[in-house]
Amino acid sequence: MFIINCPYCGERDQSEFSCGGEAHIIRPKQPTELNDDQWAEYLFMRKNIKGVQFERWNHAHGCRKWFNLVRDTSNDKIHAVYKMGEKPPVI
Amino acid sequence: MKNKYSIFSLVKNAFSQHENWKQAWGNPEPKKEYDAVIVGGGGHGLATAYYLAKKHDMKNIAVLEKGWIGGGNTGRNTTIIRSNYLWDASAGLYDHALKIWENLSQELNYNIMFSQRGVMNLAHNLQDVRDLKRRTHANRLNGIDAVWLDTKQVKEFCPIINTSQDIRYPVLGGTLQRRAGTARHDAVAWGYARGADAMGVDIIQNCEVKGIKRNGDQVEGLETTKGFIKTKKIGVVAAGHSSVIANMAGLKLPLESKPLQALVSEPVKPIIDTVVMSNAVHAYVSQSDKGELVIGAGTDAYISYTQRGSHDVVEGTLKAILELYPIFSRMKMLRQWGGIVDICPDASPIISKTNIKGLYFNCGWGTGGFKATPGSGDLFAHTIANDEPHKLNAAFNLNRFVSGDLVDEHGAAAVAH
Repeated sequence: MFIINCPYCGERDQSEFSCGGEAHIIRPKQPTELNDDQWAEYLFMRKNIKGVQFERWNHAHGCRKWFNLVRDTSNDKIHAVYKMGEKPPVI
Repeated sequence: MKNKYSIFSLVKNAFSQHENWKQAWGNPEPKKEYDAVIVGGGGHGLATAYYLAKKHDMKNIAVLEKGWIGGGNTGRNTTIIRSNYLWDASAGLYDHALKIWENLSQELNYNIMFSQRGVMNLAHNLQDVRDLKRRTHANRLNGIDAVWLDTKQVKEFCPIINTSQDIRYPVLGGTLQRRAGTARHDAVAWGYARGADAMGVDIIQNCEVKGIKRNGDQVEGLETTKGFIKTKKIGVVAAGHSSVIANMAGLKLPLESKPLQALVSEPVKPIIDTVVMSNAVHAYVSQSDKGELVIGAGTDAYISYTQRGSHDVVEGTLKAILELYPIFSRMKMLRQWGGIVDICPDASPIISKTNIKGLYFNCGWGTGGFKATPGSGDLFAHTIANDEPHKLNAAFNLNRFVSGDLVDEHGAAAVAH
């Protein structure tokens, strides 16, 4: 359990948010041109990092906006919050 | 077996106040080279080593464990064993395990306290009723025992359940697998460790894997905190940390690691003599031999390796428990903990070769790996020894995420496994 600083609403309890998993996975521009390996890579394969991870969150029980979080998954410490479309910070 | 446990050994050791029992397994330093190395000394890893030695005559093998054996998810789960899965592939896998469980204490000469007290899965809405009835039929076609119980029969089987139709999620019936039940989690790890050790397997604790050495597409060995170990075959059974090991070999897996919580109450006299699981409200409960209620909560919905989990998850589960079992309203909870579970997109495990020669993965058990321990070890040993899957784990290959041939037990299974 931890507190997330929503870029739109401020600090709220983690239970108000839902996690959208690994961030910056780019949707293929031409899905029909992908082979099965590439499609599996996009759809299923994840880094699942133990340590600093870039991820997407949604303030599901608040403003319902999406944003990005840089969080250490080994201790749940949050290093940075940034809005969708912004450049990821260097950690 | 060197020191067979029996009534006679018990009596003999009683004369020396039980102070002269021999250690059940050794504490060796790693050799320079092994024929195979298993990474992860939980139930699945130790069972793999046991069956490699027993059925495939591979004795020069080691199990590496970064902490102590059985200290990860083997010691953190709610010990439920059942095989009433919907799909044929899952039914085959889990019932294979259940059949081994039924004779495991005798085979290992170690009391794993396997108790076939039955597992009941409750239905709380019409869709649950349809799904569970369908699953009952599917189970029977696969030779797995399953019966449908109506609300009255549920009440008769487990009288403390609140079957009032006025509650938010009333009990509309349930399924019962009588051969299902529980086992003592620690004893499973210890029994397999003792059995493997007796056949010459090195069980090396406090030895963390730091890297995997490859020569092209073939593994060559492992960097560990106890030095380099040469081997041509590596079987990874690292549960929540599978991705961490995979990353060392430059491999990505379709896994996400999340905390799964459980909790136990203060011990009380026998009150519930079966296991009751409820999918819709996500609450499951049984009672340990010590008398504690063992309650399983859900996973947190974010990746974390903290072995803690959030309070709101526990709160949600306990709300459901209290509605279904008002009799527990004044019980105090003693302990709460989290285990890190590796979840596959289709919620089915991976017991598979990889595209790196000599590297095998047994992972993705998600929230329900304990029940499969013996079967998983047996089939993974087969896969490692023959470099080919057994027909029972062929469907659980890593390539299914490319081919699309998923074993989609998500939502089709009883509770979140």
